[in-house]
Amino acid sequence: MTELTDLGVAAIRDGVRAGTFSAREVAEGFIANVSKAKALNAFLVETPNHALAAADAADAARAAGETLKPLAGVPIGMKDLFCTKGVPTTAASLILEGFTPQYESTVSANLWDAGAGMLGKLNMDQFAMGSSNETSAFGNVISPWRRSDGGNAPLAPGGSSGGSSSAIAARLCPAATGTDTGGSIRQPAAFAGISGIKPTYGRCSRWGTIAFASSLDQAGPMARDVRDCAILLEAMSGFDSKDATSLDLPVPAWEAGLSGDLKGKRIGIPKEYRVDNMPAEIDALWQQGIDWLKDAGAEIVEVSLPHTKYALPAYYIIAPAEASSNLARYDGVRYGLRDLPEGAGLQDMYAATRADGFGDEVKRRIMIGTYVLSAGFYDAYFTQASKVRTLIARDFEQAWAKCDLLLTPTAPSSAFALGEKSADPIAMYLNDVFTVPSSLAGLPAMSVPGGLDGAGLPLGLQIIGKPLDEQGVLNAGLALEERAGFTARAEAWW
Amino acid sequence: MTDTKYTIRGETGDWEVVVGLEVHAQVTSNAKLFSGAATAFGAEPNTQVSLVDAAMPGMLPVPNRECIRQAVRTGMAIDAQINKWSRFDRKNYFYADLPQGYQISQLYHPIVGEGAIDISLDDKNPDAAGKRIGVERIHVEQDAGKLMHDQHPTRSYVDLNRSGVALMEIVSKPDLASPAEAGAYLRKLRSILRYVGSCDGNMEEGSMRADVNVSVRKAGDELGTRTETKNVNSVRFVMAVVEQEAKRQIDVIESGGRIIQETRLYDPDRNETRSMRSKEDAHDYRYFPDPDLLPLELDDAFLEECRASLPELPDTKRRRYEALGITPYAAAVMTAEVEAARWFDALLDKGVAPVAAANWTTSELFGALNRTGKDIENSPVSPDQAAELLGLIADGTLSGTLAKQVFEIMLETGQRAAAIVEERGLKQTSDTGEIERVIAEVMAANEDKVADYRGGKDKLFGFFVGQTMKAMGGKANPGVVNDVLKKMLG
Amino acid sequence: MPVTIATVSKIASLARIAITEEQAARIAPELDNIMGWIEQLGEVDTTGVAPMTAVIPNHLRLRDDVVNADPLTGGGIRDAVLANAPQAEHGFFTVPKVIE
Repeated sequence: MTELTDLGVAAIRDGVRAGTFSAREVAEGFIANVSKAKALNAFLVETPNHALAAADAADAARAAGETLKPLAGVPIGMKDLFCTKGVPTTAASLILEGFTPQYESTVSANLWDAGAGMLGKLNMDQFAMGSSNETSAFGNVISPWRRSDGGNAPLAPGGSSGGSSSAIAARLCPAATGTDTGGSIRQPAAFAGISGIKPTYGRCSRWGTIAFASSLDQAGPMARDVRDCAILLEAMSGFDSKDATSLDLPVPAWEAGLSGDLKGKRIGIPKEYRVDNMPAEIDALWQQGIDWLKDAGAEIVEVSLPHTKYALPAYYIIAPAEASSNLARYDGVRYGLRDLPEGAGLQDMYAATRADGFGDEVKRRIMIGTYVLSAGFYDAYFTQASKVRTLIARDFEQAWAKCDLLLTPTAPSSAFALGEKSADPIAMYLNDVFTVPSSLAGLPAMSVPGGLDGAGLPLGLQIIGKPLDEQGVLNAGLALEERAGFTARAEAWW
Repeated sequence: MTDTKYTIRGETGDWEVVVGLEVHAQVTSNAKLFSGAATAFGAEPNTQVSLVDAAMPGMLPVPNRECIRQAVRTGMAIDAQINKWSRFDRKNYFYADLPQGYQISQLYHPIVGEGAIDISLDDKNPDAAGKRIGVERIHVEQDAGKLMHDQHPTRSYVDLNRSGVALMEIVSKPDLASPAEAGAYLRKLRSILRYVGSCDGNMEEGSMRADVNVSVRKAGDELGTRTETKNVNSVRFVMAVVEQEAKRQIDVIESGGRIIQETRLYDPDRNETRSMRSKEDAHDYRYFPDPDLLPLELDDAFLEECRASLPELPDTKRRRYEALGITPYAAAVMTAEVEAARWFDALLDKGVAPVAAANWTTSELFGALNRTGKDIENSPVSPDQAAELLGLIADGTLSGTLAKQVFEIMLETGQRAAAIVEERGLKQTSDTGEIERVIAEVMAANEDKVADYRGGKDKLFGFFVGQTMKAMGGKANPGVVNDVLKKMLG
Repeated sequence: MPVTIATVSKIASLARIAITEEQAARIAPELDNIMGWIEQLGEVDTTGVAPMTAVIPNHLRLRDDVVNADPLTGGGIRDAVLANAPQAEHGFFTVPKVIE
């Protein structure tokens, strides 16, 4: 019989409902896996009691003959960017060490309301700034995957939601929350051989989620398959009057709407995504994806997104600019770290606290953001980037005249070794080349595993949809998933 | 405005003063601009602070409709352009009273554009001595918290109750040319805000404070370099700042120095301004559109409601009073404060004669309020009670003298005028027979004076009036007394 | 415009991040490199293009003027507000004394 911890969200939910197993058995199984997997460093805080309480509530509800909640009996991991009431929340930064929120983020509250339980808080790139999880103040997350050549170099789980991707791939949790500002759900999903979707900007409330770049940040689920993503996204989404950018729309029944039949759908292939030096294996997988979608009944059309190459530089103005302001609140006055050198005044306290509390990448982005907003540079950088952002969004709008969805690779490479790119910020930033444009345009986008590269590491395919067309994205993802038959998993070494 | 332009005599000649005011007015609302915490003054520290106001991680702003509405109504009240599309920007700087590390304000696209406020330097003749002062813009922004420096030897205490309260920043053009104009502008602005109900105008509680921009120049010269004196919290202080700062600048320039653009503070105890310790980067606020907030778009229905809810404003009301025959002075006095105007309007609604009512209100009522140190809101006499008193004067029941007596009793006892008249028999008599009888007695007792009068000493007429009134305890109708006296002496 | 050590020191000061001269010297070429890469944005002709204001068409909702309508965004929660303060006394946050 399969281990309970090999089950995904839908299987656990259905099994608990049917009484095949108890929610407590499921929770205990994952709690045991979490406690054995310290080597991955995926969890910053373990909260077995939270998971068990939710499990017991599910079991009790079933025993009482009540209708079970949508996620009853499903334990999940929570990225440490979501504030969780009474549970330390740090965004993997020293500056928030010891911070225990007195409130629950809307997204996590929605999940608990749906019956889910929390196994713990997941490690991540500090303040969600990074693509490899190497910027966490609490140590790297290690990918459970290893290269098949026998080299045991620890690999990056992707970032910033690297704790989430690593934990799901290693069966420490069936699903987890992620957040995506420029690819932070999709790239780690691709690296870890799992699925993840960033919904349309405004679907998931940002209230209580620690901000990186407000105009880009979106929460979304990460799980092992498309159906599980749909189930979780339904629970996480919804209008929130506390977030002025929240979309006041009903949440569609995405799981019920799942269908891998793409007859009548046109899939655009953006020619600008054929970047220089793209590994042949990625190109081949992309072609394979095209064939799969054709097989599912879709029509393939070539489209052009002419401003694609400017997306990354625009992103590296807008996101740091917003971050430089969003992170000004970490000043040692109301919460978190305070570094007060002997005899220091207020402004010295700020400078010392922020110097000690923020990691190098966070400081780098705060400085870039401060620079591009400073007197004399604002128009040349920020205004120009905001205009380019308009053009990037316009590119997509024009593409939608020709197609319903776009298919691209998720990342330009498979997982790289820890340390391989951390010395070169631009090389690291380029990892998000395929995910950033859709973030700038606020579009729903998803990564699903497509296969393995020559080194035995997972590669992802990305589907990008029109605003609010999560259903289309999920369905195309499902069509790919059904044909890819991706069953590879990392051998447990941890 | 006045023929003689305000100038300051320096060693090198006469200097003109150029003044602009940036007034921060606390918007009247129940809850804060971006959170649901209360705005009431004087609460225990940090008890009116939400997670949003304390800038906890992940907190987001959602604007309060009422604050937006009040800013729009204020803009309409000064005939300003209302921008149907505006945006909130972040002004970034670090300070202990600013939890977010930025203030949400409006730099690039304010909600209200250009408007104007008419001021007057002459109460007796407001229209003739008027000047139109341009308003550059009004924008909405968050207030900061409060620091207390005197509670601990080495620490400052931070109270965030004010953090996030809505302010309107009302920026005048540099159209003000004297301390008096600055004072008149601030008083007029305060009056308008209080009419509109968008700010209580309470300067003691900090509901209104002004940043005073001052520069000096010789007639015909380009604008000089200005200084900004921050957070001046009374009309008197604003006027003092204009005068002191202008004099200081003239001294500096005339002794060969240069004015540097800087922020200053006013010290009322020493009546002088002094430079705030300059912060090297104080002016690089890195404004950019707040990504937590979408552009603010106002629809026609919203604007229509704002306009429809505006009350009659002070200038319109004053002109209406003048059209009723009320003197410009009385009309100006009556309309300066919204409470007085409301009280007087209520009185007019009772159908009293406007001129008599205005005279009585400005002299008798305001005099009594002054004496007793009461505001018109707490007036011991309601418009209804006043109307009754005025009615008794108008129909001849009470003479002026009697009316004063009755009013005093009203103030003391709170009784109504008619009841007082009834109870105390203070009714004026017009009974000709009674008056003739008394006059006959007066004449009999003063035969010599009667003879003198008849001999041509007309001035003695007043003496007979006085004697008659005295004999009748002030209750005789003076008109009837006059008529009868003329006849009997004649 | 090259990012110099002086520029780095200035923006670090604006951002209230203490850095040493050596750190500024290390960061300057790094930021210069990144800004050089970002400069390519200048190639794009944005004449007549409006800066993006809302990523997904949406209008700014306004809240009713009601105190503490939602406990999560209302006041009267001093204990929660002060719970994580590094230093709080008598209901206040405290900071090193500020001389104004």
